[in-house]
Amino acid sequence: MNCAECEILLHALLDGELDAGHARDVEAHLETCAACAEKFRAFSAMHTAFAGANLKEAAPAHLRSRIEASLPQPGAARAKKTLQPSRRSFFGGFAVGTALSAALAASLVLVVLRNDREQTIAGEVVSAHIRSLQPGHLTDVETSDQHTVKPWFNGKLDVAPPVIDLTALGFTLIGGRLDYIDGEPVASIVYQRRKHIINLFVAQHLGARQARPEQETIQGYNIRHWSEAGLDFWAVSDIAPEELEEFGQKIAAALRPGSAS
Amino acid sequence: MAGDETAEHERARRFRDAALPHLDDVFTLARYLMRNAADAEDAVQECYLRALRHFDSYRGPAMKPWLLAILRNVCNAEFARRGKHEAPARCAGAEAEAEMQPLWQEPPASAETKLLRQQDDDTIRRLVAALPQPFREAIVLREINDLSYQEIAEVAGVPVGTVMSRLARARSMLRAAWNVAEGSTP
Repeated sequence: MNCAECEILLHALLDGELDAGHARDVEAHLETCAACAEKFRAFSAMHTAFAGANLKEAAPAHLRSRIEASLPQPGAARAKKTLQPSRRSFFGGFAVGTALSAALAASLVLVVLRNDREQTIAGEVVSAHIRSLQPGHLTDVETSDQHTVKPWFNGKLDVAPPVIDLTALGFTLIGGRLDYIDGEPVASIVYQRRKHIINLFVAQHLGARQARPEQETIQGYNIRHWSEAGLDFWAVSDIAPEELEEFGQKIAAALRPGSAS
Repeated sequence: MAGDETAEHERARRFRDAALPHLDDVFTLARYLMRNAADAEDAVQECYLRALRHFDSYRGPAMKPWLLAILRNVCNAEFARRGKHEAPARCAGAEAEAEMQPLWQEPPASAETKLLRQQDDDTIRRLVAALPQPFREAIVLREINDLSYQEIAEVAGVPVGTVMSRLARARSMLRAAWNVAEGSTP
């Protein structure tokens, strides 16, 4: 690590954005370089000053009421329907700033920033799976009918999770459950393969991010996660990895446009 | 139709529950971007109207960065409409100018830590407000709105590497200004 790299990365260290290995590299450099150590000390003090200061501005009460009043009210005439552009096109409209001094930072960023949210969620998903196997915890709504499971989630979540019946393909739908992962409510669709339970957790942002499925094993459970159709999916089970892969592929295939679900 | 009306209210209720808890965060960013309370309030209201309109197609990111991204878009549109003055996020001049400065200026020897701790909130606010737009935005999103680098990158529409360099520069500029504000520069 040289001083130029350290000058960028010490901020990532301060902000808790470095993965453990690179955090150690930066710390090692700080131990041997007095100049960088001095910068780190000063920026730490600044960071602490920000954390200790009360800088958030409370929105004035009249603004809150104005916004409340502009939302559709019970009893009022139905709000005028407007064309809903997709979020993608909406975000696409944002100005993209020029990346001026970012060359060095950009070359560093891909390798060093931590992605431990995925790890946290993987751990929680396994815990939720284990919890669900306790007597009486598996399902809130118990039925093999996808048209009963799907509406059950209405009003409980801000998304409508897809409920896909794979009985014909060897994965029996046995029900649904509301669960909590990383403090957020998520849908769990429960399937059975022989005597094995599969929990399929579905929510809007559950750290899966990439469309390409990833599979791993934690505490003896196989986990597969991927993103599809704007939702994140985490499948957990003690079935064999190949069977979980097959399950994930069947779900993903059923979700693709053009396939009936 | 009664059914539609119920659905509309249900949607409004879900929007309220999801979006209103972030009102202070949105307002705070608006205050730093617009610098004038009345403009900030208008921007926040417009932000919530747009967010409600797009709520059906909202699929993440998390609600707070999503709202902040909309707010930023509203503010930029307002600056574009006004034309001349300041153009947030496109402040290439400011960024280029800052680029000319060395990232690090040797600090005057001072009991810096102690001085920083003594800064009152108003001084910090004033110094942040004096930063050129891209740096001000980055530091507010990080230190006050408490977003991750990835979320800041999404809100500002720039790569994470740019976020990192902007934060590094923002903090360097703040530190220099701090030393001046404290009168610790000989």
